[in-house]
Amino acid sequence: MLGTTSGGERRLGRTSATREDLAGWLFLAPVVIILGLFMLLPILMALWVSLTSWNGQGSPFTGKVPFVGADNYTRLFTRDDLARQDFMTSIRNTIYYVLIVVPAQTTLALGLALIVNNRVLKGKTFFRSAFFFPSVTSSVAISVVFLFIFANSGAVNGLLAMFGIGGPEWFSDSRGLLHLLLGGLGLVDPDAPPAALTGGGLFGLSWWDWLSGPSVAMSTIIMLVVWTTSGTFMLMFLAALQDIPVTLEEASLLDGAGRWQRFRYVTLPMLKPTMFLVLTLGLISTWQVFDQVYVMSQGNPAKTTLTPAYLSYRTAFRDFDYGTGTAISFVLFLVIVVLTLVQRWVMRDRTPAIRPGRS
Amino acid sequence: MTTRTRDIPRRPGEGRRLASTFGGYAVLVFFALVFLYPFVIQTANSLKTEPDAAAHPLSPIPGPLSFGAYDRVFFQTDLPLWLGNSLLVTIIITVGRVFLDSMAGYALARLRFRGRRGVFGAIVAVIAVPGVVLFIPKFLVLNQLGMYDSYAALILPIIADAAGVFIMKQFFESIPVSVEEAARIDGAGVFRTFWSVVLPMARPALITLTIISFQSSWNEFPHTLVAVQDPQLFTLPRGLADLVSGSLGVGTQYPLKLGAAVLATIPVAIIFVVFQRYFVRGANEGADKG
Repeated sequence: MLGTTSGGERRLGRTSATREDLAGWLFLAPVVIILGLFMLLPILMALWVSLTSWNGQGSPFTGKVPFVGADNYTRLFTRDDLARQDFMTSIRNTIYYVLIVVPAQTTLALGLALIVNNRVLKGKTFFRSAFFFPSVTSSVAISVVFLFIFANSGAVNGLLAMFGIGGPEWFSDSRGLLHLLLGGLGLVDPDAPPAALTGGGLFGLSWWDWLSGPSVAMSTIIMLVVWTTSGTFMLMFLAALQDIPVTLEEASLLDGAGRWQRFRYVTLPMLKPTMFLVLTLGLISTWQVFDQVYVMSQGNPAKTTLTPAYLSYRTAFRDFDYGTGTAISFVLFLVIVVLTLVQRWVMRDRTPAIRPGRS
Repeated sequence: MTTRTRDIPRRPGEGRRLASTFGGYAVLVFFALVFLYPFVIQTANSLKTEPDAAAHPLSPIPGPLSFGAYDRVFFQTDLPLWLGNSLLVTIIITVGRVFLDSMAGYALARLRFRGRRGVFGAIVAVIAVPGVVLFIPKFLVLNQLGMYDSYAALILPIIADAAGVFIMKQFFESIPVSVEEAARIDGAGVFRTFWSVVLPMARPALITLTIISFQSSWNEFPHTLVAVQDPQLFTLPRGLADLVSGSLGVGTQYPLKLGAAVLATIPVAIIFVVFQRYFVRGANEGADKG
């Protein structure tokens, strides 16, 4: 464990090895105990509970608690009941949520960073802070503000009314945006969807249900989250932009590159590691959306804002089905891990369009 | 930074550049409004009467200025209690994290002891565990230890955090080892060296860690959901969430809810304005761990 001494290893003064062993472990002990007790141990305990049908009474670690094996996991995929339907609905909702939030917040963050980074403009510090401020405030407080802003006679509908548009009743509107779009284009009548789509399905939801898109209610949470997270990601892009050597840009200017070409072939390739980071962090956090759902919608209307994180909480603490609740959270964990790995693999195969050679 | 395009052939058209500067400002101002106006709405409407807030939600100026919402928030809800709990919990967690994380970070950066790499690997792994996965598990362990529904449950599980350890380790590795060596040769022990030589040098990193710890523990919500259920132990975000889900009953009471939200926002807002650059640094330190 001591490891062969490489360049990174630095040894201090004259302390003997055993004294440093002792000191090292003493320094680490509080953190190791806290993380072990409240991160590692809980995960192991939860793995056990996910294999039982514990209802919250007494201790889950006695022989009296029924052991059900992998049943809590398999029922989420195979058994035709409400638990599977809720779980699949939450997965559908979150897929649309992630598909919109991640590209939207990444694009907005990059766009804002590019503008703020423009050397000609003054007042950068102010704008940078303005865009970042929502990221540091309380998610609960911000959710309360958005409840007010999107209320039926609230600020957003007031603004829309100025342009002669009648806003929806945001938080009670469960219509899917994709359904509305298909209906608006005249392709499908949302009130009488074709039998081809309602007949078949997957995991207990019909194809028509899968194709709903995010509901109007969910779109308020989408807007809220894009608004709160873009600032943080903007800072990351900004830091990366400031690391791009000026000489590289000058070289591309000499080569006669236009603004778009410079962005496409110089800036963007240099931002690749940051892009990967922002996309990964975005994917990880969007799959976990919880606070906003808890405060703003509790999964309503018509379960269209139900997410796996909220469902897992509700199943355990409101329905007292701790086994299924825990199983949902482990499936969510797995989804996040798999997506991160897939993303890593996809991004690795993309080589930069040009190599930054002339500097 | 100023070695710009001077000697480089520039496209004709100063006018176009002027237009793009103007366009840049227009976009910046538009987005500044989008990002800040909700806070204006929040504050302004907390100072309105209920009919005024319902009729003119967009207006930044209260029709009649009214402190009624704050009056009710302080005297008809448990907000003073939540505020007190939040302060207590936040201060203890912040002090704890700064102290414990920097000790652990120092050990991982500087001390050579058996098992160091294993511990470091475990800490990096812990950073990667998604927080929501731990809701029920944390409840299980608090329940099993008999800590559920106590201040200890609110504080202990999050009094050390892996990301903070990582930030401090990175920082200690970036400062020169020579000063410590001198102190150690003079006979100072490990803790003495850490306390009176290393920590003073680590001021910028400590401030960053203090600020991000304060901000995250002040705003912490889901942990309180699985740690306590006694209203006497509610922190401000928990109480606010409870208030919104309608235990107060009558009417929408938006000025009151927004007033409570303003109070939850103010401490972080003040710290943000004063310590902006540390926040920026914190965001990017967080990025490096990815």
